[in-house]
Amino acid sequence: MRTPLSQARGLGAAHKGPETFWRQRVTAVANIPLVLFLIFSILLHIGSDYATVKAYLAHPIVAVLMLGLVLSVTVHARIGVKEIVEDYIQSDAIRMPVMLLSSFFVIGAGLACAIAIVKISLGA
Amino acid sequence: MSDGRTEIERPLSPHLQVYRPMLTMMMSMAHRVSGVALAVGFALFAWWLIAVSAGPEAYAKVAAFWSSLPGQVLLFLFTWALIHHLLGGIRHLIWDTLHALDKPTIERLAWATIIGSTNLNLLLWIVGVWMRGSL
Repeated sequence: MRTPLSQARGLGAAHKGPETFWRQRVTAVANIPLVLFLIFSILLHIGSDYATVKAYLAHPIVAVLMLGLVLSVTVHARIGVKEIVEDYIQSDAIRMPVMLLSSFFVIGAGLACAIAIVKISLGA
Repeated sequence: MSDGRTEIERPLSPHLQVYRPMLTMMMSMAHRVSGVALAVGFALFAWWLIAVSAGPEAYAKVAAFWSSLPGQVLLFLFTWALIHHLLGGIRHLIWDTLHALDKPTIERLAWATIIGSTNLNLLLWIVGVWMRGSL
C-alpha cells in the first residue's frame, strides 16, 4: 500500500530541504582523497624553492586536483561555519552580519585560491 | 500575545556547564573547533597560493614564515586538524548509514579518531621530513 510517507521521505513537504545536508556529505566524500592529496603536497614542499613549487602547481593534474579541492572545501566550509553561527549566536542582529561575513570570508578565500591556481597553471 | 518584538525570549535548556564532560561531547566540539580552524587555515592556504602566483619575491616572504618555527608549528596543527576532521567526518558518514550508533561503538570510534589523528599526523610528518631529507 502506498502511503503519503513515501512522498515525504527524503523530500519533506516542500520537496526540497535536504540539499544542504546532502551537499555537505557529497563534499565530505570528495574532500577525503583531495585532503590527503593536500597533506601530501604540503609535506613535500615545506622549504622548497619557488621554481619547484611553481612547477608542481602548474602541472595540469595538480591544478585540477587543487581546483577540485578548493571548490569542494569552499562549499563544505561555508555550510559548516554557517551551521555553527546559526547554533551559537542567539541575537538576530548579530547572527545575520556574522553569517554574511563568514560566507564572504570562505568564498573570498576560495576565489583567491582559484584565481591563484589558474594564474600559476597558465604561466602568467 | 504578540508585542511586536522580533526576538522572543524563549526558555533555554541547561547548557554545557551543567553537564559532566563526556568523550562524545568533546568529540563533537573538537569536530566543530577543527572545522572553524580549518576555515581560517583555508585563508592561509589562499595567502600561500597567491604568493606563488605573484612571483619569487612574494613567495620568498611567505615561505620564510612557513619555514620558521611558528610557521612549522602552525602547519603541524593544520595537518592535525585536517586529519582529525577527516577521520571525524568518516565517522559521521558511517553514522549516516545508521551503522555503529550503539554506545560502546561510539566510544570506540571516538578513541580511534583521537589516537588515529594524533599518530597519523606524527607519522606523516616523520615520513615527510624523511622524504625531504631535513626540516
